[in-house]
Amino acid sequence: MPNPAQTLNVEAIVMFLAFVAATLVITKWAASRTRSAADFYAAGGSITGFQNGLAIAGDYMSAASFLGISGLVFSSGFDGLIYSVGWLVGWPIVLFLIAERLRNLGRYTFADVAAFRLEARPIRTLSAVGTLAVVAFYLIAQMVGAGKLIELLFGLPYLYAEILVGALMVTYVAFGGMVATTWVQIIKACLLLGGATFMAAMVLVHFSFSTEAMFRAATEVHPGGISIMAPGKLVADPISAVSLGLALMFGTAGLPHILMRFFTVRDARAARKSVFFATGFIGYFYILTFIIGFGAITLLMSDPAYFKAGADGVIDKVGGLLGGSNMAAVHLANAVGGSLFLGFISAVAFATILAVVAGLTLAGASAVSHDLYANVFAKDRVSEHTEVRLSKIAAVAIGVVAILLGYVFEKQNVAFMVGLAFAVAASCNFPVLLMSVFWRETTTRGALIGGFLGLASAVGMVILSPAVWVKTFGFPAALFPYDNPALFSMSAAFLGIYLFSKLDRSARAGRERAAFEAQFVRSETGIGAVGASAH
Amino acid sequence: MNAEASALIEKVQRDPEFRALVRRRSAFAWGLSALMAAIYFGFILVVAFAPGLLGTPIAGGVTTIGIPLGLGVILAAFVLTGLYVRRANSEFDAMTRAIVERAR
Repeated sequence: MPNPAQTLNVEAIVMFLAFVAATLVITKWAASRTRSAADFYAAGGSITGFQNGLAIAGDYMSAASFLGISGLVFSSGFDGLIYSVGWLVGWPIVLFLIAERLRNLGRYTFADVAAFRLEARPIRTLSAVGTLAVVAFYLIAQMVGAGKLIELLFGLPYLYAEILVGALMVTYVAFGGMVATTWVQIIKACLLLGGATFMAAMVLVHFSFSTEAMFRAATEVHPGGISIMAPGKLVADPISAVSLGLALMFGTAGLPHILMRFFTVRDARAARKSVFFATGFIGYFYILTFIIGFGAITLLMSDPAYFKAGADGVIDKVGGLLGGSNMAAVHLANAVGGSLFLGFISAVAFATILAVVAGLTLAGASAVSHDLYANVFAKDRVSEHTEVRLSKIAAVAIGVVAILLGYVFEKQNVAFMVGLAFAVAASCNFPVLLMSVFWRETTTRGALIGGFLGLASAVGMVILSPAVWVKTFGFPAALFPYDNPALFSMSAAFLGIYLFSKLDRSARAGRERAAFEAQFVRSETGIGAVGASAH
Repeated sequence: MNAEASALIEKVQRDPEFRALVRRRSAFAWGLSALMAAIYFGFILVVAFAPGLLGTPIAGGVTTIGIPLGLGVILAAFVLTGLYVRRANSEFDAMTRAIVERAR
């Protein structure tokens, strides 16, 4: 049994280099096609609904969800399913309420939509802050996870891994813009779905396609026994569960790198199709991770070679897995496909990280160049060329910051960061976007105060929560009892937008309300939408 | 926005078919959103308040009721998006096209 922690994994490195070579060729091709700002931010609107569905899935299925959810199923069974369900249910909401209206109203970023009839400077500033906060928290989680994973799988030192990931993501974004980023995500999605399908199929073949036999074998070797088939400790109390549920369900509709993807398709019709395909791919992927997790229980727990014995010689079949329970899918790859397939899955895990961080970097760079620079600081005085160049510089800066943050946070527990990113997306970006599109009365003042309330309360409550105040800072007791703030911070945002819009009697508020009708017609019909004929 | 586009928008606004489109699509979209939220939070609340229910074995085997229910939530998300896209890309898009044509 090759232990990925010690040996230099030659197959994995060769396959990973092949992936990098292919993506660099694509980046070169994409760079030659990227001339205008529309090309750079939105791939010129040339992506089809199906391609965009794959790219969205590639953006969303992170290494954390692949390794983390299969690891959670491996350690606690059914709880992994509860968790993965939450990551999917935001997609229908994105489709029903956001996708086509976003496509009809915006050009490159969701701030285009939020600021459609509201005042550009404050609303774009708010949206850019919301975007950069989500990108930063998400990137920290990805960079730290990437460094540790690459260290484990490829034997590359942590800091080198950070620099490699940072350099590649900046290369994709700065040279190839949205075209390169999209194709990196599509290739990664195909590799990941293909690899996971093969693994799950091998597990099912092992049990002659009887899931009952698979579950029975799992309960026989898992120390939890029959309890792994029922909800366990994941959902501790209803308030936490609902709060996390809200963050996942509505946070998806506020993720800037996901919202950006709807501008890469031709029209609202293609935007809808992309969510349909994305939901299918992502849902299928979560079903695979469930099978992979149970497969790992049955095939790994009966083989001591995959475990490190404790000091007393006893094997802890949950915590003692080599590299930790998050390595369950990687070890299973070896068990069902040998070292060649282990190398493939390791390379796929690396590719997965690259695609996700590239999408985040592009979203962050666009917020800096398109929202902050072109529309706030240098309003109407900036050429398209300068804006795109600034976006590339911003991508490089984000890459450097990401490497530094990855380095600084190496020894920290960053598990809460993705939850924080979703909480901010659900409590700042989503309420501002939804209310500005659907509610006539929304004014700049209301959106601004409500959005910042949501942002500040989400970040504040996470800092005071058990996950940060106790586990990271080491204080004895948390000042805020729940790990996820969305129930409270989302309420604060919506209430703030409602109240301060209602109270807004300024002349500007009157103009903004009067402008709602025209925005509404465009959002519902696509008349005047960028890149598409008005049907 | 140019004058031509704003004239077009005014005409669309006055079209009763446009109001009908908005009413139908809103009812469908918000109804499906509420259904998705009810399915998901219903599942979560059962997990929180009646975990034993989900741990009930099916037909004396090891597989519990929770497994098909959890997979059912994933399937529901996919089916609901499919229902919306089918109706939006046919009925709603046809209505929209007719409204815009009339307004030109």
